[in-house]
Amino acid sequence: MRLHEFQAKQIFSQYGIKIARGKLARNIEDVKKIAEELGGKVVLKSQVLVGGRGKAGGIKLANSVEEAVEIAKNMFGMTIKGHRVDKIYVEEQLNIIKEMYVGLTLDRANKGFALIVSSVGGMDIEEIAIKHPEKIASVTINPIFGLWDYQIREVLYLSKIPREYHKELTKIIKSLYKILVDYEAELTEINPLAIDENGEIIAVDARLNIDENALYRHPELKDLKDYTEVDEIERLAEEKGLNYVKLDGDIGVIANGAGMSMATMDLIYLEGGKPANFLDVGGGASSEAVKNAINIIAMDKNVKVIFMNIFGGITRCDEVAKGLIEAFDESKISIPLVLRLAGTNEDEGKELIEEFVKRSDAKIIVVETMEEGAKKAVELSK
Amino acid sequence: MAIIIDEKTTAIVQGITGSQGRFHTQRMLAYGTRIVAGVTPGKGGSEVFGVPVFDRVKEAVDETGADASIIFVPAPFAGDAIAEAVDAGIKTIICITEGIPVHDELKIYRKVKERDAILIGPNCPGVMSVGKSHLGIMPPHIFMEGDVGIVSRSGTLTYQIAHNLTKLGVGQSTVVGIGGDRIIGTSFTEILKMFEEDEQTEIVVLIGEIGGTDEEDAAKFIEGMEKPVVAYIAGITAPPGKRMGHAGAIIEGGKGSAESKIKALREVGVEVGKTPMEVAEIVKRMKSRG
Repeated sequence: MRLHEFQAKQIFSQYGIKIARGKLARNIEDVKKIAEELGGKVVLKSQVLVGGRGKAGGIKLANSVEEAVEIAKNMFGMTIKGHRVDKIYVEEQLNIIKEMYVGLTLDRANKGFALIVSSVGGMDIEEIAIKHPEKIASVTINPIFGLWDYQIREVLYLSKIPREYHKELTKIIKSLYKILVDYEAELTEINPLAIDENGEIIAVDARLNIDENALYRHPELKDLKDYTEVDEIERLAEEKGLNYVKLDGDIGVIANGAGMSMATMDLIYLEGGKPANFLDVGGGASSEAVKNAINIIAMDKNVKVIFMNIFGGITRCDEVAKGLIEAFDESKISIPLVLRLAGTNEDEGKELIEEFVKRSDAKIIVVETMEEGAKKAVELSK
Repeated sequence: MAIIIDEKTTAIVQGITGSQGRFHTQRMLAYGTRIVAGVTPGKGGSEVFGVPVFDRVKEAVDETGADASIIFVPAPFAGDAIAEAVDAGIKTIICITEGIPVHDELKIYRKVKERDAILIGPNCPGVMSVGKSHLGIMPPHIFMEGDVGIVSRSGTLTYQIAHNLTKLGVGQSTVVGIGGDRIIGTSFTEILKMFEEDEQTEIVVLIGEIGGTDEEDAAKFIEGMEKPVVAYIAGITAPPGKRMGHAGAIIEGGKGSAESKIKALREVGVEVGKTPMEVAEIVKRMKSRG
């Protein structure tokens, strides 16, 4: 779960990390009031949960209250990579003399956390890593042993950041690590971490991604989840406990298992089609889950055909067939559905479908293999 | 032979009294797996399908001499269950549970390695040594005994490819689901090492997906392997930055993409199938060439 900048900054600030003065605005009046409080020279930062806000025009400087209001008028309602702006964080402007990068992230390969520091900040760390690999310093943190001072000295030395800042940076890194542990985060990051004209080190941005699997231990954090940010269909799918991700194609995909769902999408692509979504009904899916899955996909207006690819291991094909029939019966689905049903109770499932197709006008095309199914679905989408 | 488990393996089921534990215990027993005890704190003294239940793993091991454990305990308690098994001296631990917090997984990983135990998973379908022993949730009827080893990050896709192989008359030695989480106990490379040493296994099928660099790392090991490896990688069409169900299936900043994995594998001579059926056909062709 990714938090907004304003939420992360609030937490960082509680751990002693300096941030610029600022407040969250939800409308033009808020912007005017906050800009006045901050003396007119402000930064307006759209609060959307995607990277690259700056480049997309989602961060703007204003030198007066009037200018701030004008910028806000355009910024509210604009869309950044599909995310609509309905919140703006208004902050005082800083006179920055240097930008750096500090981050802590899950390190899969080393089974720990990576502490990453760079004397260059403000852009994608991936970009820095490619253009200036020598400017990235990192160490691996053993999650049991924790973060020790010598490791911080090591990265600061390697990053060639002037020694006069090391003491303050050490404090900031320790705070970030404490946040990572306390909140069970996957990522805590400050980019850029700026030095202002007075030599103060200030977090200009703040990223905090929390492990969703650990949320049960942090019930207070559940309220921070911003559902306005999630696609409407994705939100409904989540309510129904389905793993759904919306994409921009026209072939709806339902499969069981994440790997199988991705493989199904890939097959559609190989046949020259475009998947409209990723949807994993899960292992041992009930007829209810299958019904919900079909209804969710039918909500996507771009979908011209659905390809349902089920390999029944724990999942029983007759259960799947029941759910499918219920969905078509209750919701009068007119989109054609290509069905591949194999594995446990395959014959019972296919029999149910055959009977249903006879007594209704549902367009269900049964195929034998997933390769054949993908081909058929692509054909029908054209 | 076979790897990780065989007909001599005696196992306990942690979380045996839950609905998942109960259901799969029955299936594993039916397959012939030697399940000798179950553990559920507070339920000691009861029985599940004739299997005695204990409160503590230590007690179960002392009483039965079990050397493996399969875990169906819910996510909030699964880390604790793995650690308990490790401390009780169990060397082969298979964790089916999905949704374990990643900070728990990191600590557990270190604990397991420290004691030289093997952890398969979490969030995996388990291990099937065909015709010998099954510790997992796989559908047994789709497998056929033979000499192809399978190692995979995905459950259903494994079944699909195993089923394709069986239909072509190609049997399997051991099928290992290493799990879909970002932090898992055993990597592709570690399983490939076991297959390389296994007398029964002649060819290995590796089923990977986007996210992480485990497939790229495995490619380095495959370069020095005697036995041929055939691969399938899911997620060519998964857009960057979107999470595709598995905690593991996410690509960030171009790293861990399907292209990068396929390229790394092809560079060391691995044939990568474009579809699950093609993977089985490649294996079949290799075998008929001898």
